[in-house]
Amino acid sequence: MPQADLVKEGARQMTICNACRYCEGYCAVFPAMELRRTFGKADLVYLANLCFDCRDCYYACQYAPPHEFAINIPKLMAELRRETYREFTWPGAFAPLFNRNARAVAAITASALALIAVFVLVFTGPAALFATHLGEGAFYRVVPYAAMTVPPLLVSIYGLAVLVAGALRFWRETAGAPGGSVGPAAFLCAARDALGLVYLRGGGAGCNYPGAGFSASRRWLHHLVFYGFLLDFASTSVAAFYDHFLGWQAPYPFWSWPVVLGTAGGVGLMIGTAGLLYLKWKSDPEPSDRPMVDMDVAFLVLLFLTSVTGMALLAFRETPAMGTLLAIHLGAVAGFFLTLPYGKFAHAVYRYAALIRYAAEEREARREAN
Amino acid sequence: MPMDSLEASAVDVLVIGGGNAGLCAAITARRAGARVLLLESATKHLRGGNSRHTRDIRYMHRGATEYVTGSYPEAEFWEDLRQVTGGDTNERLALQVIRSSEDLASWMQTQGVRWQKPLRGTLHLARTNLFMLGGGKAMVNAYYETALALGVKVAYQCEVRELDIRDGRFVAARGGAAEEFRARALVVAAGGFEANISWLKEYWGEAAENFVIRGTPYNQGRMLKELLRCGAKPTGNPRGCHAVALDARAPKFDGGIVTRLDSVPFGIVVNNKVERFYDEGEDFWPKRYAIWGGLIARQPDQIAYSILDAKALPCFMPSVFPPVEAGSIPELAAALALDPEKLTAVVERYNRAVRPGTFNPAVLDDCRTEGLEPPKSHWARPIDTPPFYGYPLRPGITFTYLGVAVDERARVIFQDERPAQNVFAAGEVMAGNILTQGYLAGFGLTIGAVFGRIAGQEAARCAAS
Repeated sequence: MPQADLVKEGARQMTICNACRYCEGYCAVFPAMELRRTFGKADLVYLANLCFDCRDCYYACQYAPPHEFAINIPKLMAELRRETYREFTWPGAFAPLFNRNARAVAAITASALALIAVFVLVFTGPAALFATHLGEGAFYRVVPYAAMTVPPLLVSIYGLAVLVAGALRFWRETAGAPGGSVGPAAFLCAARDALGLVYLRGGGAGCNYPGAGFSASRRWLHHLVFYGFLLDFASTSVAAFYDHFLGWQAPYPFWSWPVVLGTAGGVGLMIGTAGLLYLKWKSDPEPSDRPMVDMDVAFLVLLFLTSVTGMALLAFRETPAMGTLLAIHLGAVAGFFLTLPYGKFAHAVYRYAALIRYAAEEREARREAN
Repeated sequence: MPMDSLEASAVDVLVIGGGNAGLCAAITARRAGARVLLLESATKHLRGGNSRHTRDIRYMHRGATEYVTGSYPEAEFWEDLRQVTGGDTNERLALQVIRSSEDLASWMQTQGVRWQKPLRGTLHLARTNLFMLGGGKAMVNAYYETALALGVKVAYQCEVRELDIRDGRFVAARGGAAEEFRARALVVAAGGFEANISWLKEYWGEAAENFVIRGTPYNQGRMLKELLRCGAKPTGNPRGCHAVALDARAPKFDGGIVTRLDSVPFGIVVNNKVERFYDEGEDFWPKRYAIWGGLIARQPDQIAYSILDAKALPCFMPSVFPPVEAGSIPELAAALALDPEKLTAVVERYNRAVRPGTFNPAVLDDCRTEGLEPPKSHWARPIDTPPFYGYPLRPGITFTYLGVAVDERARVIFQDERPAQNVFAAGEVMAGNILTQGYLAGFGLTIGAVFGRIAGQEAARCAAS
């Protein structure tokens, strides 16, 4: 749907919701909606990124299709979020990556993998690639130290910059919100809401996901993915610290911090992503935005591959398969970080920004009410 | 649903109607051990009758909880009911409903219904009423899920057309074609007849053509008519219906809550002859909400127009349709197809009659008119700040009061005053025993839930004996 039509449809649906308000107990979207009487693009962008897609409102809605009002908030909000990601990304030339995201993510990851394979074959050679390497610096005998550290660092900095740019654009776009000043309390409150995924609780009932029944499974699986990802990030950070500051080179023994954190995170990611993919496969297509589902699937598959190859690398690091597994794992990791700002990961920054806005707005509304 | 799975001999209790009352009856009968078949005339998506459009339930309680802000004792509940009905109620049944409502909060929760804390949109009923998290459809969904898990059989798009009741004894219910349903006991919980325009016409004449039906189009009153045809004793005023002021642009059926308009107390209301016809500021809107439907129904062509200025717009809940907007009163009149000169004159006369006061929508304030007929007693401020706004209004029918008489065991009473042997009624089809007129927010659900449970219990007992 072209953006102007989407905004018009968003305003139509939100106007109906605002005259009903039965769903106000489910999440932050409806209380935020109640502070408004009209819904322009900025309002819709903000509300869409407050929506956690729990779908409780869809099944509770007396105006959901086949009613002639055809209210379908989860689908509408997903379409608007996709539009947010597209519009606020940088550089604008890369915005089309969000149109057929799964295809783009697959192509970029495959290219990264191919590139790494070619480099390893050319520079390391088959002899070293298929040999068994043991002891400190084993991985660097397949992929040299500089190659393993510099490009990832640059890609990460680039990704972070794109996401921050998007968040700032989002913040500017939604600046007309009725909220008061944004202090540390808003950041803390938003962090609590985000880290606890409180809006996947659906007002205490859970999500209507994958179907009409209430379930907490999506929230817990998302926790596994998120905290799994954080553990893996911690593992990498500790390893980098060991390497650069203490001079201890990987591979590390099994009962070392990098391996313990990485294993816990990897297991969480594998279970979490596989579970979410299963739920997605089972989920009701009616309240879904198809291109958003594709984006979700691409992201989850890539995270799953990254964690599985990482775990395989750990399991077989003392065998001749190590070199091949390392190349594949690095390919998956490269694909993940290259596409990170141009895929589902973007939801994290926009949601957090929207939650900050919401915390400030609610505080202001409460202050005015008293 | 294919006929073989509805094997008639396998049914103890047949429940007709899949809204709040019918579901409470089906769940209760099933929990009491009966084999239950529930027939719902709507599709699965549109199931639940008018319960889909409800939001809260009134119940007696002794103190504040997480979900209500204070106590609502029996005496106050009874007094509220007595006031809205003008004392015209079956006191025994009314007190039975009030007293039995006390354990609804926990019972409904056990059936999977979830409550929400009072929020911005719910505050004026936060002490007396419990709000369903997600509203009535969420409640209905929870009931269906529980009923199905317990083993209640549910058939959608299954409309009964004929009841075979002989000597106060239910024999069979027949749908279209060859469908026939037999059971040891029958619970009728199929609602009123508010969606049956031709029936409404019997009392309202052609005016009924201009009524908007707020709820489900499925409430045709066919089961009510069948019970009456079979000799059940009627109760409640047949002409009576609860009608509110709605946006005239609302869909003919099923528009529900969003088409209501709360603008009336903040401006003036004229009919299509551009005459005011009632005190717009007589009392708080929640109290007057229910009389405006009837007032508009009595105007020519059953239409009226709420006229406001820019000051008034933020005072009421936003509505689903944007107001008609104009820079001046004559332009507004033209946009609403009213006589511009007349509307200008009416507004000027009103503005001149407004006495200075301190506007406060939270109390019965001292902003009133003097020397105006009809007066506007509160919240009267000059209509002088452009842009000016207008909403067309129509009567919106929520429910009808006509029903069948029942006793305290939910048994249908026949015209010879004898109760039926195995026919029970619950919900709107018998609410007229208790709520004969007027409106008490969330009380329809209370009657439906209490009598639904009684009907389910009694029907199960009857089937077992």
